[in-house]
Amino acid sequence: MSDPTEANTTAGSAEAAGSAQTAGGAGGRHVRVVLVDDHRMFRTGVQAEIGQTGQTGVEVVGEAADVDQAVTVITATRPEVVLLDVHLPGGGGVEVLRRCAPLMADPERPVRFLALSVSDAAEDVIGVIRGGARGYVTKTITGSDLVDSIFRVQEGDAVFSPRLAGFVLDAFASTDAAPVDEDLDRLTQREREVLRLIARGYAYKEIAKQLFISVKTVESHVSAVLRKLQLSNRHELTRWATARRLV
Amino acid sequence: MPEAAAAPLAEPRPPRKLYRSSDGRWLGGVARGLAGHLGLPVIWVRLVFVGLFMADGLGALLYAAFWFFVPLGVGGVEARKPPSLVTTETSPDGRRRLVARKPDKGQIVALLLMVVVALVFVGNVNVGSGAKAYLWPAVLVGAGVALVWRQADNARRARWAEVGRRRRTVTLLRAVAGVLLVTAGVSGMFVLQGSAAHLGSVLQAALAVLVGITLLAGPYLVRMTQDLSEERLMRIRAQERAEVAAHVHDSVLHTLTLIQRNAENPGEVRRLARAQERDLRAWLYKPEGNGKDEADEPATVADAVRRNAAEVEDKHGVPIEVVVVGDCPLDERTGAQMQAAREAMVNAAKYGGEGGAVQVYAEVEGRTVFVSVRDRGPGFDLDSIPADRMGVRESIIGRMERNGGTARLRPVPDGGTEVELEMERAEKTS
Repeated sequence: MSDPTEANTTAGSAEAAGSAQTAGGAGGRHVRVVLVDDHRMFRTGVQAEIGQTGQTGVEVVGEAADVDQAVTVITATRPEVVLLDVHLPGGGGVEVLRRCAPLMADPERPVRFLALSVSDAAEDVIGVIRGGARGYVTKTITGSDLVDSIFRVQEGDAVFSPRLAGFVLDAFASTDAAPVDEDLDRLTQREREVLRLIARGYAYKEIAKQLFISVKTVESHVSAVLRKLQLSNRHELTRWATARRLV
Repeated sequence: MPEAAAAPLAEPRPPRKLYRSSDGRWLGGVARGLAGHLGLPVIWVRLVFVGLFMADGLGALLYAAFWFFVPLGVGGVEARKPPSLVTTETSPDGRRRLVARKPDKGQIVALLLMVVVALVFVGNVNVGSGAKAYLWPAVLVGAGVALVWRQADNARRARWAEVGRRRRTVTLLRAVAGVLLVTAGVSGMFVLQGSAAHLGSVLQAALAVLVGITLLAGPYLVRMTQDLSEERLMRIRAQERAEVAAHVHDSVLHTLTLIQRNAENPGEVRRLARAQERDLRAWLYKPEGNGKDEADEPATVADAVRRNAAEVEDKHGVPIEVVVVGDCPLDERTGAQMQAAREAMVNAAKYGGEGGAVQVYAEVEGRTVFVSVRDRGPGFDLDSIPADRMGVRESIIGRMERNGGTARLRPVPDGGTEVELEMERAEKTS
């Protein structure tokens, strides 16, 4: 139903996105994806796992190996989701996010970024999330989980892996000591609880059951955390990162 | 006597190279270096030099030659040769005093001594009345040269010991003083030659030649120093790369070989790959702890959780994903908690490993340490287990309660089991 040719017009693509959300189930969904990673082998592997558009609904419309290429390809193809590696020649994923900021802010056809990283360094991951990525998954993720994550990001939801949840908890735990802007920087008790359960490996559905709330509520908590993370005061998080290295 | 004692000790060792000593030296470290090399007390060598100096200045020439040709060694006599022990025994007080003395003080003493000896030398030896007039300029030149040469030695030593960097002004002063002394000496000779009238023009000419040489040789010198520093940088990089290569070679290639050999055994392959991944990550992403201290006991909760997980993962071949938030030092109570957590991980890996990775989450918040271990296996009901099976009751629940903590086992809504361990940290932590 969402023919790629329709994506040439803004109205058509908005309609397509809308129908993808309402269709929800298998088969009907469709998302255009650009892969950004400097390892060709890895791009090929991901392409092979998620690229069967007929089955997964994911269409890989472009690939890029460094920052300049990525910006060019993303601007030219206007995908809905970009799978972004954290370590890239030419400035890393953060640089791609910085230069694609206008595309992300586009109210009609926002380009959304999902960080896909092999890095264990919290600074890298938090940096990309703060740069505007909608989520973070590790490269050990299975193909079907990755497809799920891509669709969640496309629908505007945030995707937190257990590890990312751990990093975020860590970051906010130490900024709690002297919050500069309480309303902005603090996580609510509920958000903290949700993050903890994500860190413990629970799926959204399981979290909803555990806390007696709806999946939608879980999603909105996670999105709120993401927003706080992206808005939270740079100084605090930098201090956290340095302190962490000293521990 | 000391030679006799030193000889048998010196015999079996590889041939020593002669170095000048950088420690406890008075002038160039020649005497001390020689003493170390020959196994003699320093004072003897110094006396010999002074004696030779009386013999028409031969000692000074010899000393200068040694200073010029023999490289400065690290550490001095003590570090260079164990038999120095013998020399210490022969004249313990003398040596110790020399070592303890500040080198700068020694230098002053040496200079005074030199002047005295030179005066005695001049008084005793008949060098002819004409030459006598040149003595003071010659002494000035000698002192200046000595100062500048020592300066060069110090610069070299500073590279090893990282000392003297803060005393840049002092070194500069010394260099300037040396140059001034030499200039004064040379000028003095000119004056004595009766060409005082031409001094100005001679100096100008000398200056012009110097400028000319600098202009001609300058670019080469600059390029040479640049090349040198570049070469040093390349060497450092090559060293780093060699270190990485050594690590990759040792562990990664080794693991890959094992994987190839165990290709038909997926469990073993997975275990090897996971262990290698963990090792490499620890090596790459740990900023200063280079991840090589595997042997000693973990000191913090985060460390202990990670290590336990790694060991259980290795042993049971089930991937364990660890997320740790916060950290604190291990104490008696948290230590017990870590053991209970390990037991829980073993259970999860044994009975719940088929459902996928075991997830371990540890959090230190304030005084509370919380650990959760969850699997996605068939589930587990504590009440259905016979009362005589003490594994879970004793090693997990019992252990936690004895140490003042709590343990909860519960089924997860969508299958699997979760063990939650909560413990307050001990009151007194250093």
